Amino acid sequence: MSADSGRFKPGDRVKVRFEDRPGHIRTPWYIRGKAGWVEKVYGQFLNPESLAFGGDGLPKKTLYLVAFNHSDVWGNSRVRADKVLVDIYEHWLDPAA
Amino acid sequence: MSTADAHGHDHPKHELSHYAKRIYAIRDLLLEKGVISEKDIQCQIDYQEARSPANGAKLVARAWVDPAFKARLIADPKAACAEMGIDATAINEFVVLENTETVRHMVVCTLCSCYPRPILGRPPDWYKSFNYRQRSVVDPRSVMREFGLNLPDDVEVRVHDSTADIRYLVLPLRPRGTTDGWGETDLAKLVTRDSLIGVMDALPAIPE
Repeated sequence: MSADSGRFKPGDRVKVRFEDRPGHIRTPWYIRGKAGWVEKVYGQFLNPESLAFGGDGLPKKTLYLVAFNHSDVWGNSRVRADKVLVDIYEHWLDPAA
Repeated sequence: MSTADAHGHDHPKHELSHYAKRIYAIRDLLLEKGVISEKDIQCQIDYQEARSPANGAKLVARAWVDPAFKARLIADPKAACAEMGIDATAINEFVVLENTETVRHMVVCTLCSCYPRPILGRPPDWYKSFNYRQRSVVDPRSVMREFGLNLPDDVEVRVHDSTADIRYLVLPLRPRGTTDGWGETDLAKLVTRDSLIGVMDALPAIPE
């Protein structure tokens, strides 16, 4: 069991870390630094940042479905209810107010 | 067009792109070193080609006529696939997104081309294009409009960026009214590949 497992629950506000480092990063650039909320906890998955370089993917990382208001990501959305949902591993998330 | 060369298998005659040359070089190395065989490659091609959006259409048509199946498809998509004789075991996690009158889902992989291949086969070329991968998250409504879906503002659009181990399939709405009494085989014909990705609705029973 990894130390950071299951830190967030559905409804928790989260902010995606703004990190710029090389590697097999599955957190899209456009969502880094953006705030949203946990929609669903998908469970524990092997870490692709390790697997991509021949690693064992351990420790597993908790994967979340994180929802963002479309307008919070891109600004000026005509329809306020529209959302962008991204699958994000826990080590890319911080709690947000 | 291809021609057999000195080491026994085919290469295309025309000028290859940088990436194509690299792929052939890697293939040749894997064969020469005995990591994989020609038969392995052919088996994998056959496997990929055997999958098609018809699998997704079958699942959706059954869900439209059988509410209990629909509930199972959403709760445990892999088990529901197995019920229908569709092998979804190669997918790590499989999630079905149910469209409603007030919510439409649309799937993209902005990082590459993640797609429920074990069920639907290879994604269409546009799904892998930079154009779709950029615009689907920025301006999904315009993309849908180009596919023929004009959504009113009281319908919420939820774009899923498939960045990790989850593969998504959209469960489109059953066309209203006009398909009463239809069987699964006819209903399945209305379920296009693009409606399973969510860029458009299922086809209407009577062309509008």
